[in-house]
Amino acid sequence: MTTLTETTTPASKRLERRAARARRIREPRTDRIFLFCVYLLLGVFLLVVLLPLLYIVASSFSSPEAVSSGRVLFWPVDFSLRGYHAVFENPQIIQGYLNSLFYTVVGTIVSVTMTIAIAYPLSRRTLVGRNVVMTLILFTMLFTGGLIPTYLVVQSAGLLDTRWALIIPQAIGVWQVIIARTYFRTAIPEELVEASQLDGCGDLRFLWSVVIPLAKPMIAVVALMYAIMQWNSYFDALIYLKNPDLFPLQLVLRNILILNTTGGGAVDASVVIQRQQLADLLKYSLIVVASVPVLLIYPFVARYFTKGILIGAVKG
Amino acid sequence: MATLTTVRPPAGETPARRTRRRRRERPGVQGLRRSLRRHWTLYLLMVVPLLWFAVFKYIPMSNAVLAFKSYNVIKGIWGSPWVGWQNFDLFFHNPVFWTLVKNTFVLSLYTVAASFPIAIVLALALNEVRNGVFKRTVQMVTYAPYFISTVVVVSMTILVLSPRLGIVNEGLGFFGVPAIDFLGNPDYFRHIYVWSDVWQTTGYSAVIYLAALAGIDPALHEAARVDGASRLRRILHVDLPGIMPTAVIILVLAVGNIMAIGFEKAFLLQNPLNLSQSEIIATYVYKTGLLNADFSGATAVGLFNSVINLALLLIVNVIAKRVTGNGLWS
Repeated sequence: MTTLTETTTPASKRLERRAARARRIREPRTDRIFLFCVYLLLGVFLLVVLLPLLYIVASSFSSPEAVSSGRVLFWPVDFSLRGYHAVFENPQIIQGYLNSLFYTVVGTIVSVTMTIAIAYPLSRRTLVGRNVVMTLILFTMLFTGGLIPTYLVVQSAGLLDTRWALIIPQAIGVWQVIIARTYFRTAIPEELVEASQLDGCGDLRFLWSVVIPLAKPMIAVVALMYAIMQWNSYFDALIYLKNPDLFPLQLVLRNILILNTTGGGAVDASVVIQRQQLADLLKYSLIVVASVPVLLIYPFVARYFTKGILIGAVKG
Repeated sequence: MATLTTVRPPAGETPARRTRRRRRERPGVQGLRRSLRRHWTLYLLMVVPLLWFAVFKYIPMSNAVLAFKSYNVIKGIWGSPWVGWQNFDLFFHNPVFWTLVKNTFVLSLYTVAASFPIAIVLALALNEVRNGVFKRTVQMVTYAPYFISTVVVVSMTILVLSPRLGIVNEGLGFFGVPAIDFLGNPDYFRHIYVWSDVWQTTGYSAVIYLAALAGIDPALHEAARVDGASRLRRILHVDLPGIMPTAVIILVLAVGNIMAIGFEKAFLLQNPLNLSQSEIIATYVYKTGLLNADFSGATAVGLFNSVINLALLLIVNVIAKRVTGNGLWS
């Protein structure tokens, strides 16, 4: 008895296993090689993107001498914060930082308000004329007047060399309007509108107390898109602003990083060398400081950001 | 992208509801009047944004008549005298004309040719790896540069490629190659421009394709597996056809943007040494228009650019529709 069961069980198990293996579709060996190549490829992608970033960050935390002698690779050499001290001692950079904060906060509030104000009515199916308006808005994506004609409008509006020149002319993004409108259409059921109308709720009240609370995730995405755009933009400042006190951080960055304007003449040769070394180091630290605000929020918003792109991209 | 077409009635609507609405919202003046009475608060809400579009988008379009005038600051745009096609003539006969057109075209075609397939390859590769730390890390890291500003990306490029301190030349020096002044040599400009662009945007562009890949019916993959298709074959015969519609739309838009190629980056990467390759129409418009105050001439150049751009978009869209059945306004 016992011997019988002992001999049959492994046999049946083996059979079962074989049957299971037959049922599962086998991965051919070529597939495993292929998958290995895929991992290899992704690894290359990862390194290519990551290494320049690491190099910049590592340099920014190194000593001026180590950076100038090219000893820094992907890890700080002679750890020092001299570069960051230099960044925060520069009044131009501080002013630019504060200006950028202002432009980002005020610009985002203005943009989000305007976007909702146009996108919500356009999402209501009972609004006559909404298709005409939408077409007119979409057309501006395909054809623009150009740089000079736009400049002349900003000029005649009296916005040149004022803070508003960086906020008003690019207040509304067509892309964001599309995202908001699609969200309002798909997330706010028509039944909700009808029910609230029966309860005597007007359109504006409905927008304020039902639609906006329901659309918070989308509003967050759109707000972040505008905020990042504002924080990163320099072109409008370049053409509309002359007063350096109004310059956003990106324009200050351009002057320091790309045009190489480091002030002050020196007498002593060693002082010149030291100053040059510090100026080189400052660039690395400055890049890190300027990108930190955006990269800090990035991990929290990336997922929603992706969703935002998709709302705009996929048929809805 | 195809939301450019969302004027059609939304899905999930019953025919009965649609007819009811049609009766209620008869189009035409009467319907509009009734809608105005009913939704006047919503119309009121749209006033400021619509004014914004009129002022900052449509007035500039009408200002483009400046291209046919000789701008006089005192007389203003409409008071300035007409000169016909003179501004265009001047531009077409300008010795820099062909250089500008060529630089603009080559730079943007090169950008499209490089970034379009690489984004698809990244998405396909990511799609093969099932959820895991590795996949998420690759995605997070490749996506991140998109958030960095153009100024910073260009500065990083300049620092990394610097002949004196840059890590690239350090690396080349290790192999005994003498230092190369990448930004001072016009021959390198295009490659620097395009590959730094690829570095910055590939992760971001891949997201759209990943979404399209996620939308492919898993049954197709299973059927292919049952038939003994390898991973590579499934990519070729299931994944690629699956993302085709998305890819076509992205390509149409990319080609339609060829003339609108980024002023920002070309301008930042420019220096007197590489100007022969880096001067594009957009930077030329900025220089003649704002720096040399030739408003009419620069407007003409800009208008030429916009028209070519629009024409290209329409042509490519027609071709894409003929060939693949997909396009904007599907």
